[in-house]
Amino acid sequence: MTTETKPTVQFTPERLAKVQEIIARYPEGKQKSALLPLLHLLQEQEGWTSPEGMEYVGQLLGIEPIEVFEVATFYTMYHIKPVGKHVIEYCRTGPCCLMGGEDVYAHLKKRLGIDTGQTTVDGQFTLKEVECLAACGMGPVFQVREKYYMNLTNERVDEIIDELSK
Amino acid sequence: MATKILTEHINVPGIETFDVYRKQGGYTAVEKAVKTMTPESIVEEVKKAGVRGRGGAGFPMGMKWSFLAKPEGIPRYLVCNADESEPGTFKDHYLMKNNPHLLIEGMIISSFALGANTSYIYVRGELMYVITILEKAIAEAKAQGFLGKNILGSGYDLELVVQPGGGAYICGEETALLESLEGKRGNPRNKPPFPAVKGLYQCPTVVNNVESIATTPWIITNGGDAYAAVGIGRSTGTKLISASGHINKPGVYEIELGVPVEDFIYADEWCGGIRPGHKFKALVAGGSSVPILPANLALTLANGEKRLMSYESLSEGGFQTGTMLGSGGFIVFDETACIVRNTWNFSRFYHHESCGQCSPCREGTGWMEKVLHRIEYGHGHQQDIDLLVDVAKKIEGNTICPLGDAAAWPVASAIRHFRNEFQWHIDRPTEATQPGAVYRGEMELV
Repeated sequence: MTTETKPTVQFTPERLAKVQEIIARYPEGKQKSALLPLLHLLQEQEGWTSPEGMEYVGQLLGIEPIEVFEVATFYTMYHIKPVGKHVIEYCRTGPCCLMGGEDVYAHLKKRLGIDTGQTTVDGQFTLKEVECLAACGMGPVFQVREKYYMNLTNERVDEIIDELSK
Repeated sequence: MATKILTEHINVPGIETFDVYRKQGGYTAVEKAVKTMTPESIVEEVKKAGVRGRGGAGFPMGMKWSFLAKPEGIPRYLVCNADESEPGTFKDHYLMKNNPHLLIEGMIISSFALGANTSYIYVRGELMYVITILEKAIAEAKAQGFLGKNILGSGYDLELVVQPGGGAYICGEETALLESLEGKRGNPRNKPPFPAVKGLYQCPTVVNNVESIATTPWIITNGGDAYAAVGIGRSTGTKLISASGHINKPGVYEIELGVPVEDFIYADEWCGGIRPGHKFKALVAGGSSVPILPANLALTLANGEKRLMSYESLSEGGFQTGTMLGSGGFIVFDETACIVRNTWNFSRFYHHESCGQCSPCREGTGWMEKVLHRIEYGHGHQQDIDLLVDVAKKIEGNTICPLGDAAAWPVASAIRHFRNEFQWHIDRPTEATQPGAVYRGEMELV
């Protein structure tokens, strides 16, 4: 990028140090390898993967914004639209469904008053359906950021929502 | 006492720390390898062990290593595939979370054998907490001189890097994984050239699954022959099986290959039987992509002998009556499970995860999902079953990577063995779409 304008999104100094450390993991000239890790870092800071953020990450890596965008949209973990404070990523795949995953999901939707892809009016929760999270023996499962919530039941879902709402 | 190659110490408190792992004999295999062995002799032991790729393909690891091109002056890479995403599979998650140093020790030995000085562990991004565990363990190993420059004074240098994925099943395919590691969309590459010649950054590369790499410390300590003595025939060693579904004890179990399927399901040591009051209906033995089998074929071969948990026995009978060991994602269904609904669910998965490069897969997975959806929801047409068979047949073998096959097999096998159940959904839509309705017609339950 040749633009001199100050980006509207910027990493904190700690994250900028981390960016340098990540780029150094790859051979000279292969810094594009840092793209996925940097997008995770961006989302961790901003809560979502905004167009401004993607442009900024592109500047850091010396690649065009479109190169960032085409990658970010390929992978499911990057939220390319604004999301609530807590994004619940609920496993909808076979093994979890065998353990009652669909019924628990119906309960979760009712409890939050939203459908898949929506955000609660208070901005607290966004609900997403995801594919297998590699925790099939502990299904039903959902994930909020790094944390896995497993062996879900309607009661357990209520407890978790109460906890996260505090 | 069954041999435990991967999980012997997994329940020792604190095993995720360097000190406890070391006290259990950890990193002695690295010492032996870099101080007393040549890379060639390590490859030889792994070949003798006969360990086969544990990610699902089952290709002999030693042979894969021996294909690695070694041109002068060009770096070589080892990449560990920890993108575990095949429905039903959660063994690598379990292994890395609980015993990260075992994988790291295996990475050091394997990298030394292949002459790699930078190696990557590509972990699915959803497992960010496991990445934190691995990075902590790597820092510990480095502080103790097992990673970095001049490991244990051997002159060998190695850096280990953990790379997060972004959420994409396809990146478990090795060339898609390499694309992703280069910061691109996870589109599988056309082969040849194979990664052994042109892999990461166009350099010679070996990609191995977590569980495969984790066998190497034991092989180095005990020898390839000792490893090959465990198991049965060409299915040497042990396998992690991640068991889920309608069983009493879901979880990850390390078995010696060759255990009867029946014992694995019913013995208290493993799955502990079908949940109380229910009957065994069907089995997906090796992850969602392998053919589903009805209970009787899962337990016994066509000749009446017991089917075993091995590469050969599970595939006995070909796709007519057999299946595959695959990744060891063992999903058990009782009579309350609707095969049509499950097949639709798996089809939706493959449609969602298709990268979109090849038309048969991109379009075909979508068609299968749609047709299965309409059958499941009571709008099936009489010709739909044959249509599904036709679409599956036209995807299979016609794509760059195996995702197309992986999408076709579950559909083709479900129809092969449970055709009546599909027909019932089409003939009796009102009945079939009642809440909790499941086909109860003619079928063999165990």
